[in-house]
Amino acid sequence: MSEALLTLSGVHTHIGRYHILHGVDLVALRGRTTMLLGRNGAGKTTTLRTIMGLWRASAGAVNFAGASIDRSATPDIARAGVAYVPENMGVFGDLTVKENMVLAARAGALDEQRLAWIFGFFPALRKFWLSRAGLLSGGQKQMLAIARAIAEDHKLLLIDEPTKGLAPAIVGALIEALTDLRRAGATIVLVEQNFRVAQDIGDDVYVMESGKIVHSGAMDALAADDELQRRLLGLNLDSHQ
Amino acid sequence: MSAIEETGAALPREKTDVWPVLLPLIVAAAALPFVGSFSTWTTLTIAGLAMGMMIFAMSSGLTLVFGLMDVMNFGHGAFVAVGAYLAVVALAPLAVYAQSDQILVNLVALVPTALIAMAVSAAVGFAFERAFVRPVYGQHLKQILITMGGLIVAEQLLYAIFGPQIIPLPVPAALRGSFLVGGAAIEKYRVIAVVVGLIVFVALQLALTRTRIGLLIRAGVENREMVEALGYRIDRLFVGVFMAGSALAGLGGMMWALYREQVHASIGGEMMVLTFIVIIIGGLGSVGGCFIGAVLVALTANYAGYLAPKIALVSNIALMVIILLWRPRGLYPVTSR
Repeated sequence: MSEALLTLSGVHTHIGRYHILHGVDLVALRGRTTMLLGRNGAGKTTTLRTIMGLWRASAGAVNFAGASIDRSATPDIARAGVAYVPENMGVFGDLTVKENMVLAARAGALDEQRLAWIFGFFPALRKFWLSRAGLLSGGQKQMLAIARAIAEDHKLLLIDEPTKGLAPAIVGALIEALTDLRRAGATIVLVEQNFRVAQDIGDDVYVMESGKIVHSGAMDALAADDELQRRLLGLNLDSHQ
Repeated sequence: MSAIEETGAALPREKTDVWPVLLPLIVAAAALPFVGSFSTWTTLTIAGLAMGMMIFAMSSGLTLVFGLMDVMNFGHGAFVAVGAYLAVVALAPLAVYAQSDQILVNLVALVPTALIAMAVSAAVGFAFERAFVRPVYGQHLKQILITMGGLIVAEQLLYAIFGPQIIPLPVPAALRGSFLVGGAAIEKYRVIAVVVGLIVFVALQLALTRTRIGLLIRAGVENREMVEALGYRIDRLFVGVFMAGSALAGLGGMMWALYREQVHASIGGEMMVLTFIVIIIGGLGSVGGCFIGAVLVALTANYAGYLAPKIALVSNIALMVIILLWRPRGLYPVTSR
């Protein structure tokens, strides 16, 4: 069993007067991909945003790499080693692909070797390197968003619904890239609606419902249990094939 | 060659949006038949350009401050006023140089004055940001109220220090008078104003497109949260932009005071309305739009002032209404807002 990199214990988050997270407990283990599943509005995005410091937890604790980060500002959390790919991708459309990557390499110049490695996952980025990122297709923007997150060594990647609204062919390429990333030793927390994708890349899985974790365990076990899937997610694999 | 540089763009070419750029030319061309005389038109146009450049210097910081942090700073005019008074203070000991009829000697007086005006305005901007703006991040109504209050306080402080009277501020000797080009009188000072304005514009554009900080500013205008999620402290960046914007406002104020050859604390409030019109026309957060907006506002004001002085009073507002009917978010809307 590998050690915990990120631990949420009893995290509550309020947005305005709405109480969104009702005591979330979650552990992301080093070197593994942890899937966060659940219906729309279950609190998955809020969980990631709370980890990132974009919402402030009103109660509970967030620990990352041995330090408490629930009171830290977003830039400090990023500097501590958390990379974030938001649901809307957060690509700077007015900047070129290159400029987006330059900003992502906060510590200094882009590393050639690393860039070649990233281009290996996402060849389109090399092709459109000097184009304005706003002109990219949805899938290309998603690739850029993930490429930005891996432009530097981060201890943890938080990725929010990377396959949302993408064509199946591009989803395939993304799954491949994320699988490669995992093989390279990355720790990932991935929000996903598409169960097939989750099944392909997840090691561990958490299922959320109304701001709480209602199931946690190994991805394989959930994937093998149609009845559990139906109960937790209101679907089974067959209906999605 | 490195992997970073060897690749090129292959996306379909973007349609460049040239209409806003053509707009000042269209306005100028349309005004010609009404003005009638070509030499008068030339004089008006150069005056308009000069005025536009000064207004641009005053507004450019405001548009970035709004774009980056959503801050409505109605106190921006205070920095314009500070710049204007600093022109008086800093030029006084340099009067010998200012009275020379050698333009280079005049510059010995003007350049340090401009630098002092910018430095002090930046420092005042820093204090203003800390005292008035920082406590009300994200609260528009409070921002408007407190920054307007700040402007009033600054104005009254200037009255208290310099007195309520209008202070004359003669233009350096070599910059007085006009060139005669084909029958049109072109004031020398206006040419200088145009040159300085263009330098500011080009420098700003280069800074925004070629430097890392510039990229961060543009990225922040588009998506503040994401810039923070990449590990950058946007509040620090914002203070820097606020100070730079204040410095430019101070420069604009100094140039404006020399243009009018007089200084009064009410300059801050007067320019405030104009700068807001300019940045709204240009599209909040867009430096390019702000530049075109400033030139448009100034040209329109000059032509209207000559053709129909009574209409001139409302020409800015009318221009803004027309532009917003055409493009509700300004000439160059910044993508995410």
